[in-house]
Amino acid sequence: MSRLAQTFARTRAQNRAAFVAYVCAGDPDFDTSLEACRALLASGVDILELGVPFSDPLADGLTNQLAAQRALENGMTAARVFELVRRLRETSETPIIFYTYYNLLFANGVDAYVRAAKAAGVDGILTLDLPPEESGDVTAACRTHGVDTVFIIAPTTPDARIPTIAAATTGFIYYVSREGVTGVREQVAGNIAEAVARIRTHTALPVAVGFGIGSRAQVAQVAALADGVVVGSALVNCVRDHLGDRAKIVAALAAKAADLAAGVTRS
Amino acid sequence: MPTAAADTPSLDRFSLPDAGGHFGGYGGVFVPETLMTALQDLGAAYEVARHDPAFQTELRHHLKEFAGRPTELYFAERLTQHGGGAKIYLKREDLLHTGAHKINNALAQAILAKRMGKKRIIAETGAGQHGVATAAACAKFGLDCVVYMGAHDMERQSLNVFRMRLMGAEVRGVEAGQKTLKEAINEAMRDWVTNVRSTHYILGTAYGSHPYPMMVRDFHRVIGQEAKEQILAREGRLPDELIACVGGGSNAIGLFFEFLEEPSVRMIGVEAGGHGIKRGEHAARFAGGRLGVLQGCKTFLLQDAEGQIESTHSVSAGLDYAAVGPEHAFYRDRGRIQFAYATDDEVMAAFQLCSRLEGIIPALESTHAIVEGLKRAKALGPDKVIIINLSGRGDKDVQQVAKILGVKL
Repeated sequence: MSRLAQTFARTRAQNRAAFVAYVCAGDPDFDTSLEACRALLASGVDILELGVPFSDPLADGLTNQLAAQRALENGMTAARVFELVRRLRETSETPIIFYTYYNLLFANGVDAYVRAAKAAGVDGILTLDLPPEESGDVTAACRTHGVDTVFIIAPTTPDARIPTIAAATTGFIYYVSREGVTGVREQVAGNIAEAVARIRTHTALPVAVGFGIGSRAQVAQVAALADGVVVGSALVNCVRDHLGDRAKIVAALAAKAADLAAGVTRS
Repeated sequence: MPTAAADTPSLDRFSLPDAGGHFGGYGGVFVPETLMTALQDLGAAYEVARHDPAFQTELRHHLKEFAGRPTELYFAERLTQHGGGAKIYLKREDLLHTGAHKINNALAQAILAKRMGKKRIIAETGAGQHGVATAAACAKFGLDCVVYMGAHDMERQSLNVFRMRLMGAEVRGVEAGQKTLKEAINEAMRDWVTNVRSTHYILGTAYGSHPYPMMVRDFHRVIGQEAKEQILAREGRLPDELIACVGGGSNAIGLFFEFLEEPSVRMIGVEAGGHGIKRGEHAARFAGGRLGVLQGCKTFLLQDAEGQIESTHSVSAGLDYAAVGPEHAFYRDRGRIQFAYATDDEVMAAFQLCSRLEGIIPALESTHAIVEGLKRAKALGPDKVIIINLSGRGDKDVQQVAKILGVKL
């Protein structure tokens, strides 16, 4: 059983949702990011989602765009992203998934990239701009190397597409709770329960919900409905708010993660 | 019969792209899931429209009465003399309303948006010509219009920014990255992801995810259809060469498409050589790029070893882009379309030359094709005929050119 499957089995047994935390790998620099990720892993995070910085992140809002820019400006490369995962694996067995864009996988060969990711300790890959129709090489490489795939379902996805998406997915379905890019919103989308139910009629895969979730109350609201809750921009903001002060970044992230993690239990 | 210029057997040009938007190994659909349904709906709506005589009649009507089609095929006598070889004809897309070929596509997509019941339009623009064309089409049809434009491009094309605003469009500056066309497209895609139910994205070139490369090509095919008829009437034969500048590649594929299955006609796309083929100093994707995926499409890209997109440079904002349309990449592999590039310096010289010799101020983008045309005319010799697509007029560029030449206005 993969680490992801084990995690969802455990959280389901505990009658709670998995807390999926997103940060950008190498934001604002490698050493801070390593400490920040370790702090997250020690603060109740069930799955760590690492954004792989890309020059043109067209599915991301401003918060994540700027995070990617900081990471790239401070020297993040594919090799450094893998190195970050290796260092995290020294002390943690928590699943780590990549949140990335296709060209970064494609540039030097999808199979070689996935093999390197697996060797570093990556458990799953979500490629934002890769619909299942174009994903043959990625799903094949993930199958070969034992890496889980994660695909997105959106509010605009018709029922007829859900089986196609589910068939390409081995890790979990990432339901994007609203049309739009990543970023914190005041209110959680209203129709999540219905959407998750719609997805579950087609697949037994775990369903995590993300986009626009940033507070403990919002986490709790979504945790009641889904197998996992993803928080991203609200965590990245902890980095942005304390740039230049590594200790504060790490402390702010740990505090925010602990606060959010308290939301995943179902009362 | 003229001798064949292409090395490979002819291919049914209508057989591409396939249902998934592939031109061989290029093209496809690489977008976030949120947009998949919108693209499929757009493809379906276009499929109905293209076979609907009412749509075609309406489009033809507006192309004639609003845009000013057909455009002339003009014999450039003094440029020909200067070139000292083949006869040079200019396809005068610069005479169209709003100043460039872009209006063909903007009008057609605006009509399509109306049919789809979308009241809000977004667009990206580099040089501003597609933005101006979209703003005009939206004003005409009473559609809301938001145009994304890189802040750097807004500066070098400030006249076009004002023109868009005069026609009621909202122009949103994009401050990310190098603040040019690529960033404007990212921002337009983010808007579309957010407002996909109400909004149609009028993409301005033969690029992006299916159905855009096919649809935009089809809306510009009229350029080549007219040119073929006109040159046959004028010279009694097909041209030897067609030359067009290539950013995304819409004016070029528009001119070329009608001739793809005429083996005697050679086709040359001209990319932006900028300061020369050095990293970050040009936008000649076939000279310095390799296969990758950007903004919805698999094609030749300027990228670093890890797949990060590289910055580009060109004196012309409209060619200043890291990727090239997938159909061009496909026909280049087959040897059917060749590619060259022109540098900023060559373009500046030809810009002034064409203005002085012909009384026609060409767009800096189109001037890239003139540079190559003059070189090839000489090499071809006097009994040959070439057509250069004068895809836009240079009025928008005069301020920038004055600045480069050190002339105070």
